[in-house]
Amino acid sequence: MLTNGGNMQSKVVYSVENLNLWYGNDQALRDINLKIEKNEVTAIIGPSGCGKSTFIKTLNRMVDNIPIVRTSGKIFYHGTDIFDKSVRLEELRTTVGMVFQKPNPFPKSIFENVVYGPKIHGIRNKKQLMQIAEESLKSAALWDEVKDRLNDNAYGLSGGQQQRLCIARSLAIQPDVLLMDEPTSALDPIATNKIEELIDELKNNYTIAIVTHSMQQAARISDKTAFFLMGELIEFGDTKKIFTTPEDKRTEDYITGRFG
Amino acid sequence: MDKAVNVRDIIKKNIKSKKNVTEKIMPKVFLLSASISILTTVGIVMTLIFDSYRFFSKVPLREVFSTRLAPLNANPSFGILPLINGTILTSLIAMCVAIPVGLTAAMYLSEFASEKRRKTLKPIMEVLAGIPTIVYGFFAYSFVTPLLMRIIPSLGAKNALSPGIVMGIMIIPMVASLSEDAMSSVPNSMREGAFALGATKLEVTFKVVIPAAISGIVASFVLAISRAIGETMIVTIGSGSSKNFTFDITESMQTMTAYIVEFTSGDAGIGTTGYYSLYAVGLILFLFTLVMNLIAQYISHKYREEY
Repeated sequence: MLTNGGNMQSKVVYSVENLNLWYGNDQALRDINLKIEKNEVTAIIGPSGCGKSTFIKTLNRMVDNIPIVRTSGKIFYHGTDIFDKSVRLEELRTTVGMVFQKPNPFPKSIFENVVYGPKIHGIRNKKQLMQIAEESLKSAALWDEVKDRLNDNAYGLSGGQQQRLCIARSLAIQPDVLLMDEPTSALDPIATNKIEELIDELKNNYTIAIVTHSMQQAARISDKTAFFLMGELIEFGDTKKIFTTPEDKRTEDYITGRFG
Repeated sequence: MDKAVNVRDIIKKNIKSKKNVTEKIMPKVFLLSASISILTTVGIVMTLIFDSYRFFSKVPLREVFSTRLAPLNANPSFGILPLINGTILTSLIAMCVAIPVGLTAAMYLSEFASEKRRKTLKPIMEVLAGIPTIVYGFFAYSFVTPLLMRIIPSLGAKNALSPGIVMGIMIIPMVASLSEDAMSSVPNSMREGAFALGATKLEVTFKVVIPAAISGIVASFVLAISRAIGETMIVTIGSGSSKNFTFDITESMQTMTAYIVEFTSGDAGIGTTGYYSLYAVGLILFLFTLVMNLIAQYISHKYREEY
């Protein structure tokens, strides 16, 4: 099931081993094994409730915020098990950024949104902050649209702009990985297109894992695709292969739209 | 095919008996109910203004804004500053207690307590708000004052400090409950956004939740201040009726409300200056809370973070 396992170890960012996860007594993830590699876009697809969002939220341990969650297994991030007691959650999350389903800017100015991360992590210098804001907004392809109104409230932006602002906000702390949980599901096609172009651009500098409802989107933007069904990882491999010659019948059924 | 219940027929029959008249009359009844409180407010304010006018026409403004208050003296003087001073000092003491305790309690309930604990703690705390104020007054006089006397031996049996503290305790639930409401209504997605940037729980609370909820929090403060300013029984019992103008909170001082209690339960004859002074004090009290609410509106509007 795993393709190019092991042969290029240094490229591996995430290595998930035998991951199980329960909400109370309901098992949401069953024995997941996969590797996420550097500068690749890994798409996670599957029908609603298959555990794909849960999976991505485990990678930066956002699931810890839900009190009834239990996990077993290991997730190695650059060789360190993120469930290890020595791992500081906050530190992990500064290197693994996350973009959510619905744009969730803070009710502050555009500038304050972007520099929120740098600020809480101790950068006070106004000039530095301005530089960070400009760089991040440029990387998120938003700079030209907002450079003249950095002090306006972020909620005055359109949905697509808000989402790119949230991406800029994640980039501002110079992460290594970007997790995206259906980042375009609340956006119109034009805004979606912009985000997709952006993802293509960002993968030069970041490793990206993206949960998506849209198989077309997965096919368009990802290098690897993981297909989840009822908490299980059914198939994982090169996107091209998954979409042309899937090995598992269930993958084929899902991709051809026979269910889900 | 016959249906068990012919809904269409029943609707046809009943739709005619729905009276248009009721539809037209009821909104007027609702309006009447809404008007009652408005009319009462207008009536009270008018009374206050008219009777205060009689007071102000008898007593020169220079005397009103003096520090000598001796309404029953052979040579009476109606300086209101001692009362304003007493009111502001006791309210300030109350806020010094209520704001830090109330806000931190709200932070705990909204951000740190488990769902289960919040559901037990919040109602218990709100019970505090249901205790009659006379009980608090008695508590200030017979428990808090003696307790404070051990720390501050020079404390008078009647003083501003003890009722101030007790008033603060009384309004903690108000601050906590309203602030908690404001903080809980901050959408979770915002907290997630901050957590995902590596913010700690405290950072999320102080730098996302509180700023986003600030208008509701400030509103709770101001409502609490209004409540403290208007509070009567605690200060009447705990702070006494000394009409001195002093900033020494260990001494007895009188608030505006306590002054009104003293005079209405005493024997100020109708038509005397002392009698009309009650309306003047009432009017000033009213203006105080009015200004307070306007300030609250301004602040909460200005600092509102829209989401």
